[in-house]
Amino acid sequence: MTSPETLPSLAQKVRPIETGSHVVAAAFLGECAVFATGEGEVLVTGESEARVKAHSGAILEAANDGNRIVTAGDDGRLVAVDRQGQSETLVEAPGKWIDHVALGPDGALAWSVGRTVFARTQKGENKLDLPSTVGGLAFAPKGLRIAIAHYNGATLIYLNAPEAVPELLGWKGSHLGDLFSPDGRFLITVMQEPTLHGWRLADGQHMRMSGYPGRVRSIGFTADGKWLATSGAREVILWPFQGKDGPMGKEPRLLAPGQGETRVSAVACHPKHEVLAAGYSDGMVMLVRLADGALILARRASGSPVSALAWRADGQVLAFGSEDGQAGLLAL
Amino acid sequence: MSAKIPVTVLTGYLGAGKTTLLNRILSEPHGKKFAVIVNEFGEIGIDNELVVGADEEVFEMNNGCVCCTVRGDLIRIIDGLLKRRGRFDGILVETTGLADPAPVAQTFFLDDTVGERTALDAVVTVADAKWLKDRLRDAPEAKNQIAFADVILLNKADLVNPDELRDVELRIRAINPYARIHHTTRCEVAIGSVLGQGAFDLERILAIEPAFLEEDHHHHDEEVQSIALSSEKPLDPDRFFAWVQELVAREGPKILRSKGILSFKDDPQRFVFQGVHMVLDGDHQREWRADEKRESRIVFIGRELDAEAIEKGFKSSVA
Repeated sequence: MTSPETLPSLAQKVRPIETGSHVVAAAFLGECAVFATGEGEVLVTGESEARVKAHSGAILEAANDGNRIVTAGDDGRLVAVDRQGQSETLVEAPGKWIDHVALGPDGALAWSVGRTVFARTQKGENKLDLPSTVGGLAFAPKGLRIAIAHYNGATLIYLNAPEAVPELLGWKGSHLGDLFSPDGRFLITVMQEPTLHGWRLADGQHMRMSGYPGRVRSIGFTADGKWLATSGAREVILWPFQGKDGPMGKEPRLLAPGQGETRVSAVACHPKHEVLAAGYSDGMVMLVRLADGALILARRASGSPVSALAWRADGQVLAFGSEDGQAGLLAL
Repeated sequence: MSAKIPVTVLTGYLGAGKTTLLNRILSEPHGKKFAVIVNEFGEIGIDNELVVGADEEVFEMNNGCVCCTVRGDLIRIIDGLLKRRGRFDGILVETTGLADPAPVAQTFFLDDTVGERTALDAVVTVADAKWLKDRLRDAPEAKNQIAFADVILLNKADLVNPDELRDVELRIRAINPYARIHHTTRCEVAIGSVLGQGAFDLERILAIEPAFLEEDHHHHDEEVQSIALSSEKPLDPDRFFAWVQELVAREGPKILRSKGILSFKDDPQRFVFQGVHMVLDGDHQREWRADEKRESRIVFIGRELDAEAIEKGFKSSVA
């Protein structure tokens, strides 16, 4: 195992940021890094630093489209914050938790409250009741289509054809999050069990990606769509998606093992290059080059799990945040 | 790693007084803050800042075991609560009167995030002293809640005479001889008898002694029963684990709770375990003390258990 002390390090270049509470999400709105927290705040860094009290409770999930971050709160509100720190309440559902939120093209917005998914597009708002609580929402890379993860599978709906019958992709078990591949050919879900499931959308072919010691919480495709990077194990797990069958019958690559018993808690693929950032349960952050597995230390272990990672669109800055509220920016 | 957040589960049949107990815990001057998870239909009049509605979604785990169920809503809610963990010191989960406590308890052992950050402290069951006997007859849920309990509040004790109270207590003991029983009126009980029990904490499994045994009055509940076994001879660990794992894999749906303190051959340490259905959690606990009787004791509480076969299996693991 490589000791982090012997690795090339950029840790001294990190600009530390104290958010004050559990960093639920990090994102970039243009040049500005923003952090959404468990105390309901959105911290906007940049020329005009702002701390927006968006929710009276915790932020449960956040989505962004580069122009605004939309936060879902356990106060029943959905709030959009822009890079000037201006906030706008989009939805109010008093007494409920808004569990999930996703942003699509042309300002399309989807969110879920318990078993109900709501979607708002330029044409209006529609809603769909599911047989079980929604585990995750994802927009397809093209078209106004969303995938809803839930117990025993995922449901696909077209937002501009609300009368069409939703398409159910069935697989036993509880699905707690989902993601389309960048080419739109595959849908991946993270499950309650320490495993991922996937479907090839053209024919519904199943893909099981298992072998994890713990639940997988963070997944992302590389910019070229060739690899799916995931947390959940001691190493970053990379499933090959180059071929038409995805990872079926193929072994994953294992890169960048953590120290001792620590596991990878967050991953974020670089928007341009074959590089990814990996955050660990001990607070360490590493940059990993996929071609040869070369590592650069971006942040030393702090003791608190890394809970959020995001790259700026140009790939020049990495934002990270951890459960104890410590966050930072690393300019490359 | 900071300490795990304790979770207390409050169960009890409809009308027994769960909400009264919940409000009592919340209003005592203990200086602690709680996050309260209630079922959506019973959240009337709970005076607390952080109250979340649950919807009792029971999910099967994808491992081919029908009794390995978890509460999907609890996982979701606890994940959310953990994002502001500084706001509370403990979590109280109130279930509906019809809820099965097992998926609630198993959530704390089968979900890794929940299990890492929180610890199930105890299952507290509120029972109605006047009506419990009827419910044990007609409601399987009521029987489960008694069988599962670590602490039982025999509430509304003022509404029955001492003979009736004794009779209902014997009925409880026939199902669950190990729970701590408190006779209460309007759930008046010292908070320390309900919270901080560590009932699932391997460190705190001290002894397995039935709290109360009077063979003369022992009512054998025809369906739910407890089987306690002991051996003064040390056990062979390989044989014991092979047997117990096979037993819970096969009989898991029938076994509600299990607990054991074991003395293995050539092992200076006590091994302790506790389980819910087929989910077992066990570890070496500490060295046997010189003045301590090295005896293995195990107990199973379940329905329609084959006592003879279980005893035979246990005996066969003696070294």
